[in-house]
Amino acid sequence: MNGAHDMGGMHGLGPIDAEIDEPVFHHDWERRVLALTLASGAMGKWNIDISRHARENQPPAEYLANSYYQTWLVGLEKLLVESGLVTADEIANGRSAAPLPDDLEERVLKAEAVEAVLSRGDNFTVEDDIPAKFAVGEPVRVLNNHPTHHTRAPRYVRGKCGVVERDHGVFVFADENSKGPGHRVGQHVYSVCFPAQELWGPDAAAADRINVDLWDGHLEAAPS
Amino acid sequence: MSDSEDHSDPNHSHLSDTDLRVRSLESLLLEKGMVDADALEALIQTYEHKVGPQNGARVVARAWSEPDYKDWLLRDATAAIADMGYHGRQGEHMYVVENTGEVHNLVVCTLCSCYPWPVLGLPPTWYKSAPYRSRAVMDPRGVLREFGTEIGADVAVRVWDSTAELRYLVLPERPEGTEGMSQEELAALVGRNSMIGVEKVASPNGGAAR
Repeated sequence: MNGAHDMGGMHGLGPIDAEIDEPVFHHDWERRVLALTLASGAMGKWNIDISRHARENQPPAEYLANSYYQTWLVGLEKLLVESGLVTADEIANGRSAAPLPDDLEERVLKAEAVEAVLSRGDNFTVEDDIPAKFAVGEPVRVLNNHPTHHTRAPRYVRGKCGVVERDHGVFVFADENSKGPGHRVGQHVYSVCFPAQELWGPDAAAADRINVDLWDGHLEAAPS
Repeated sequence: MSDSEDHSDPNHSHLSDTDLRVRSLESLLLEKGMVDADALEALIQTYEHKVGPQNGARVVARAWSEPDYKDWLLRDATAAIADMGYHGRQGEHMYVVENTGEVHNLVVCTLCSCYPWPVLGLPPTWYKSAPYRSRAVMDPRGVLREFGTEIGADVAVRVWDSTAELRYLVLPERPEGTEGMSQEELAALVGRNSMIGVEKVASPNGGAAR
């Protein structure tokens, strides 16, 4: 979706405020939001792309006004309700109206499992032997698509030409995966290298380059 | 979401709206049995105290000290970093880019806040903020100057936008005056910002690497 989260190339957002000796968290509630989000993920009701869309899919003024962990909180509440794990009334009241279904009890993340779960992480690659649509060194153009769902092709590269610099292998195609179960398909991901002047015009430094990771589904052969 | 924290009003709660909303959600999920209080503490402890840029600094120090390790790191970063014991969530698929006299690398996530947690910990606020995300790809040299980093016209700037599940770590240039240092001493010189690419590693003799 063409939301406020897709920020590459925007003006007017101010100077970078790099805090010296910044703490990991600025408020206790930020710790709680991080932990609640990771622990709730253990229910297996959503994937990374569904959760990213839940965070992105805010009115632009709200997205820009919310801090990072406020956006996580907005996303988590949305995911919990949309997946049916809790109701909007339960969130409004802060009280549980029904216990967790039996089949989900075994999924609850326990303290003794935390280290192993974090160390294992997720596997976003797909083992299938899927042929690559593009070869390293091949010129490509990013499709000029504007889907309303989650996409990993930022606006600033759409319609722009670059060169495939590296084939990272076969990964779950995030744009499709954000649609939920049954949409987990594998595609090659490439590091596509764009000259800065292709993206930003003649005022950009001629030697500078921007590399963006894009899937087969984002690309076409560059016009010759 | 409003986050009013009006400490000047003695009748006003010192808890912000957001704080209350999070407390309410946590108590709901605990009551429902969906989350476990000890697991929440373990998650917080991990990212607040155990994982951080000291991990990435050890990777960099080893790459500076062992040419074979550096080759491995640049060829298969995920395996080479796992060899140091760092792997897992938000670092499942790693890629390392090397700064040289010809190219300076800078990492951003314009769409979100993707960052290599196992080697750098959780990202700093500025990395997740709109000013950095909007300008790193369009005006990287201006962004670098805001961090006090001047890149010569003869050096190419290469920006890596982490749009997929690859997580990027910059291998900074080893500064002068570090010959004969142990890996532990080297790691102590390497700060988080140099591994994102917004700064260089300063020489212990003063000044930064070229």
